Amino acid sequence: MTEMVHGARAARPGDPVLPRWWRSVDSWSIAAVVALCAIGLLLGLAASPPLAERNGHAPFYYVTKQAAYVTVSLCIMLVASMLSPRMIRRLAVLGFLAVLVALIFLPVFGTDFGKGAVRWYSLGFAALQPSEFLKPLFIVFAAWLMSASAELDGPPGTAMSLGTALVVAGLLILQPDFGQAVLILFGWAVMYFVAGAPMLLLLVVAAAALGAGAMAYSLSDHFARRIDGFLAETVDPSSQLGFASNAIREGGYFGVGVGEGQVKWSLPDAHTDFIIAVAAEEYGLMLVLAVIVLYLVITVRAFLRLIVERDPFIRFAGCGIAALFGAQAIINMGVAVRLLPAKGMTLPFVSYGGSSMLAGGLALGILLALTRERPQGAMADLLRGRVPG
Amino acid sequence: MTRAPLRPLAPVLEARARGENPDRIERAERRRRHEALRDRQRQRAESRLITLAVMFCLLFGAVGMRMAALAGSEVARASHSGGDSGIVAQRADIVDRNGAILATNLITHALYAQPPLMVDKPRAARELAAIFPDMAAATLLERFTSDRKFIWLRRHLSPEQQQAVHDIGEPGLRFGPREMRLYPNGPLAAHVLGGAGFGREGVAAAEIVGRAGVEKTFDAFLRDPAQGGQPLALSIDLSVQAAMREVLDRGMEVTNARGAAAILMDVRTGEILAMVSLPDFDPNDRPAPQTEGDPSESPLFNRAVQGLYELGSTFKVFTAAMALEEGIVTPDTVIDIRGPLRWGKHRIEDFHDLGRELSVTGIVVESSNIGTARLAQALGAERQQGYLDALGLLDPTGIELLEGGARPLYPRRWSELSTMTISYGHGLSASPLHLAAGYATIANGGHQVTPTLLRRNRPPPLGPAVISEQTSRQVLTMLRQVVTEGTASFGEVAGYAVGGKTGTADKPMPRGGYYEDKVIATFAAVFPVQAPRYVLVTMFDEGTVSALGEARRTAGWTAVPVAAEIIRRAGPLLGLRPAVESRAGPAVMLASGQ
Repeated sequence: MTEMVHGARAARPGDPVLPRWWRSVDSWSIAAVVALCAIGLLLGLAASPPLAERNGHAPFYYVTKQAAYVTVSLCIMLVASMLSPRMIRRLAVLGFLAVLVALIFLPVFGTDFGKGAVRWYSLGFAALQPSEFLKPLFIVFAAWLMSASAELDGPPGTAMSLGTALVVAGLLILQPDFGQAVLILFGWAVMYFVAGAPMLLLLVVAAAALGAGAMAYSLSDHFARRIDGFLAETVDPSSQLGFASNAIREGGYFGVGVGEGQVKWSLPDAHTDFIIAVAAEEYGLMLVLAVIVLYLVITVRAFLRLIVERDPFIRFAGCGIAALFGAQAIINMGVAVRLLPAKGMTLPFVSYGGSSMLAGGLALGILLALTRERPQGAMADLLRGRVPG
Repeated sequence: MTRAPLRPLAPVLEARARGENPDRIERAERRRRHEALRDRQRQRAESRLITLAVMFCLLFGAVGMRMAALAGSEVARASHSGGDSGIVAQRADIVDRNGAILATNLITHALYAQPPLMVDKPRAARELAAIFPDMAAATLLERFTSDRKFIWLRRHLSPEQQQAVHDIGEPGLRFGPREMRLYPNGPLAAHVLGGAGFGREGVAAAEIVGRAGVEKTFDAFLRDPAQGGQPLALSIDLSVQAAMREVLDRGMEVTNARGAAAILMDVRTGEILAMVSLPDFDPNDRPAPQTEGDPSESPLFNRAVQGLYELGSTFKVFTAAMALEEGIVTPDTVIDIRGPLRWGKHRIEDFHDLGRELSVTGIVVESSNIGTARLAQALGAERQQGYLDALGLLDPTGIELLEGGARPLYPRRWSELSTMTISYGHGLSASPLHLAAGYATIANGGHQVTPTLLRRNRPPPLGPAVISEQTSRQVLTMLRQVVTEGTASFGEVAGYAVGGKTGTADKPMPRGGYYEDKVIATFAAVFPVQAPRYVLVTMFDEGTVSALGEARRTAGWTAVPVAAEIIRRAGPLLGLRPAVESRAGPAVMLASGQ
């Protein structure tokens, strides 16, 4: 429909796919993702040899694996970013249903790898964490439902998406994986916010979330321990958090030097959840700020590009994914600096981890596809004498 | 928003008048409303998206600020316990009573292989096999090429070996620093020290744990960093220990014995100055415990402490002391010793005919079984048991060795026959250490002693009295006479006034009964008799000497000469001044003692 509108940047017949894609996609965000992956590999060179040594692998075993993941992840991202929003919606809805089934059967077929939470499917050579893939797919699914309710006489899609969000969050809490559950609910809330939630309701929901957190604290040991660790005024220097804070302090503004860091030897999760501590120790505040700026670029650019978007589905899905992406980065780094209680959450594209990396590529691919510049019919409005919003 | 109808009446009527389909008007109206709705939503979304963008900027900003604040702050360190008194060696040294090192630590390295890091596995295997003759290149290569990631190769290396391995230049062969327990004196005090081995092993360090002996008993003390590396001082005198081991070893060779043991104890404090059990071992290379055969034949077996033997006639001294203490006899009371003494179907005989009667002194000096049994009969089971208990012969000695918990064996029902046989050392099995402690009590004026392997920095208070000073003196006179005119005549050492009592007991057969030709020969000596300082117990297991055309097995021929040689060599080392003694020594001493 919109391609036929006069005055829009029209696709000429026979216009090659790639140039058109390149003209319309957000190349700054692509550059930021590639930069994050490069930083992730650079940090992996420092952070993963101790783990490789513990597990009896060659020193750069995990770096090699991560490089492979990065390649696959970037491919997924580029391919997904070339899809049309309609295609994205169709595939993602099907994908969401498939992953949801996988999540439901996790307690039966999954493993916990001795970490206390059943989150993974072991495939022998690799482990898959369905909840990582679930996040972007759920956002698309929920955006579809919400956009339907944004139509005149549409179905009650918002309520249905809320129901879905609660079911998914419930499944994640059963693992238990409070971090991902909170992220899912947060993503849904952002979409609802953008879709025009009444302010009063937002306040009520925030209060309810606090109440749920308090209940989880009193009912679940796993959760309570982590909160207690966060609330403790003085942090034990020999705990994970203590090591991380010390690493950041040691690093100072310019770092202790490449390969000189010590925290990677003491932190079991140095290459995943606490990778930012390794970055801070070896390269200092400079690299950390650079990483923060890269996440900020991706997140905020997505929001700003979505302002002109007229299709509610694209707007909801896009801002939901951008918010999830940004929130995950903030939570991960916020834990390392003790702004937030400890959560097992990876730093997208930087932490080591196959599932996280591939799912990150998928999410960013969807986001890039949704934030592509496309004709919005503004000229037609002017010609028809309507005042564009 | 005012409610507007989907189909406004006026345009519909107009359209109908023009003959057009009025549905178009509804569609147009719907379209207009849809677009208006979308515009409204988009307007609201615009402000909310900007809100979101600002919020995320703020959150990322907060994380960044916090990072900056942390990066600029001071490093918190885990507080260290302990002061800056220097590095404390992992395990404290063990020293003898004069501070000579008995056990210390040596820095060494363990060798391990990480096959994934290896460059040239066949060459590494070949060169390792050349350095360590007990490794085979083929086996090594097989282990390197298996899918193992980590292989221990050697627990410790000599510096030469380490350099040689280093020179292979193989990055997959790595060294882990170690502290290794070193016993510079080799087997000298093997059974006392016991030995140590590695406990938990890591790449960077290994824990040393005591395996036996004082290393095990005082493991916690030796490993306690709070002790500040203060060494454990034993009561052992290294030079005396060396002399004793050398003489005993020679004696074992001459007598062709299966084993031998000797203990030198301070009669006053119970400190053990030397303790040897042969055969022994090198604690630097402690053999694995024997899994088959008689464990008491293993070199690890400490005969002085663990071995329980019927100690024979050495017990007659205790019986005589009891009878004297109870006032039943005096040293000169004459006892009827006509034999054999029948008791039920048992007969008690003397080794050879000693005539019709002997004084108590004579019974001890000539070692008359019948005479001793008669004394015991007069004492009764209860009193005998009480004295033996007070002498520590019925309980474990409490020596600070894991092996020292041996409880003497005696009949549960202490019959009158038991009383008679135990009086001359049969029917009760005790360790040589028990015997030494009992003799120490007799020699020190009658006070109980507790044997110990730790150096006493000041003399302990006297133990409770078991026998009187006078009885002690009388018994010492008899002991001196045993050496001067009795069975232990080879025990005379010029200047050291040795007193003592021999004991030769037939070895029991495993299935009951006694061997005809296998004996435990024991000599318990006290010196110098005028003012006793030390007790020496020497024991030979199945020793034989052929002399005067006969195979001689009695203690007088085996244990006594060896004990005399030990005293001859140990006396000067102990700082004892040799005293010139008149031939009529005992009588003079008795007079001076009273």
